[in-house]
Amino acid sequence: MTAEREHLRIGFIPLADAASLFVAVDKGFAAQEGLDVELVQEVSWSNVRDKLNIGMFDAAHLLAPIAVASSLGVGHVKTPIVAPYNLAMNGNAITVSPTLHEAMRARLDGDALDPLATARALARVVADRKAAQAEPLTFGMTFPFSGHNYQLRYWMAAGGVDPDEDVRLVVLPPPYMVGSLAQGHVDGFCVGAPWNSVAVDLGVGHILHFSVELFSRCAEKSLAMREHFALEHPNVVAALLRALHRAARFVAEADPHEIAALLARPDRVGVDAQVILRTLQGRLKVTPDGATRENARYLLLGQEGAERPDPTQAAWLYAQMARWGQAPVSPAHLDAAKNVFRADLFDAALPSATAPPPPTGDAIGAFSGPVFDDRDIGAYLSAFPIRRA
Amino acid sequence: MKIVIVDESPVRAAILEDGLREAGFTNVERIGEMRSLLARIYAIDPDVILIDLENPSRDILEQMFQVSRAVRRPVAMFVDQSDAASIQASVDAGVSAYIVDGLKKERIKSILDLCVSRFNAFSRLQDELARAKSEIEERKTIDRAKGLLMKAKKLSEEDAYRLMRSTAMREKKKIFEIAQAIITASELFK
Repeated sequence: MTAEREHLRIGFIPLADAASLFVAVDKGFAAQEGLDVELVQEVSWSNVRDKLNIGMFDAAHLLAPIAVASSLGVGHVKTPIVAPYNLAMNGNAITVSPTLHEAMRARLDGDALDPLATARALARVVADRKAAQAEPLTFGMTFPFSGHNYQLRYWMAAGGVDPDEDVRLVVLPPPYMVGSLAQGHVDGFCVGAPWNSVAVDLGVGHILHFSVELFSRCAEKSLAMREHFALEHPNVVAALLRALHRAARFVAEADPHEIAALLARPDRVGVDAQVILRTLQGRLKVTPDGATRENARYLLLGQEGAERPDPTQAAWLYAQMARWGQAPVSPAHLDAAKNVFRADLFDAALPSATAPPPPTGDAIGAFSGPVFDDRDIGAYLSAFPIRRA
Repeated sequence: MKIVIVDESPVRAAILEDGLREAGFTNVERIGEMRSLLARIYAIDPDVILIDLENPSRDILEQMFQVSRAVRRPVAMFVDQSDAASIQASVDAGVSAYIVDGLKKERIKSILDLCVSRFNAFSRLQDELARAKSEIEERKTIDRAKGLLMKAKKLSEEDAYRLMRSTAMREKKKIFEIAQAIITASELFK
């Protein structure tokens, strides 16, 4: 097939959840679709966003909430962005320092694997510290518009901790997370792979929860592009989506060691292949003494129809923005958010791709709180005692 | 107007600071240490923050867009949609500007233009430095090859050089490449 335009510049941040993008290029799937893809490594999400917005990138591996925020004009200049392909669902984890881990264990009433029990334990630790007039706890996350920010907030608020009042939340670039935890600048963080594992390996962190234990399905990274670009180059978009789909299938079916070795390259993720392998297999060492926990759904790339952008997921991300005061609550915003996740473009390119399974309960599967209803965000949010909206 | 430069390259930061001072902006502070970046910025309380795009800490600054008690004054990134060319130029040059709301656009634009020219000057300087370095390396290689030829073929310095040059011309190669070949060959013959 002939595409209107062959050369594509695609920006990425070196993370394991960009695997399909790396494989699409490095295994030749993109070339077979007539695309000459240049992958450009970036150092910050702000750079990826800005270079995408001004057209220096044709597409990007992007935090799903940034795609929504840019389209809404929230937190930054408004640029209509579409996400016709979901690169990853889930894949994050909450890690805390050994000191905080011990304090929470001492105040835990229930199962350490139950996020509600740990969130309540955190609330008790926060109260203890307040009573002792100690400094508030500090948690790191990667970006104001990120799954990490929303997952961390949702979790602690469920236990009664107000993320804006009771603790400090700070943005940290992922490569700085582990060092900051080791030096005591933060007491915990929520970040993607491989940084939780790196912290555990170095003995400076305990993984409390995989994000999949908090939310069954949560859109994490999008393949994002300007709406204008998608309109002008429909065949290129379709070719790119087919290449990504083949790559995602390859990741699911190939020897994980091969994938891990590919991702370990310095111009890809640049982290030890063994650590990446654990991420891909969802088998993570959770404590420095070597205990592991396994969850096959830890990081969803092509499995369970995770590739197909789900407008309900975009609505949920928008609801988090609204809950924490980043965006106003309005039906117009809700509609605009849903229109970012373009299932129609995905279906046009990949008519025979596996559809996601019908959800049990709502599309998100949160560990606590009301059922998510993407028709009435205001009513949904009013069920949360801790909120800014 | 208070300006903060966030840059891990002290040389580039100095070049930019000089430029700003020459343009009459005398209240300039540099931050080269990224630890507790936000705390430092809040303490300085600048009107304009300039940051290089190679800096992962740029995402930290994005927090200042958020509604937070820590922020004294609202901050926005310099994004004037009417002037896409200057945004493109700044991203191309590798610099970004964050400003306090309410500042005159024209004043910010003059600062940004200055940043772009200084950043570009810096990267030209780096390119020149790299080129000068590689020229020195090339000359060293050519001299070594010349010495080898003089010894092996009992040639004068001038004749050895002439031989390399004529070979280079005949084979449509650079004299440096011929010199490299001579050195490689002589090592094989050792």
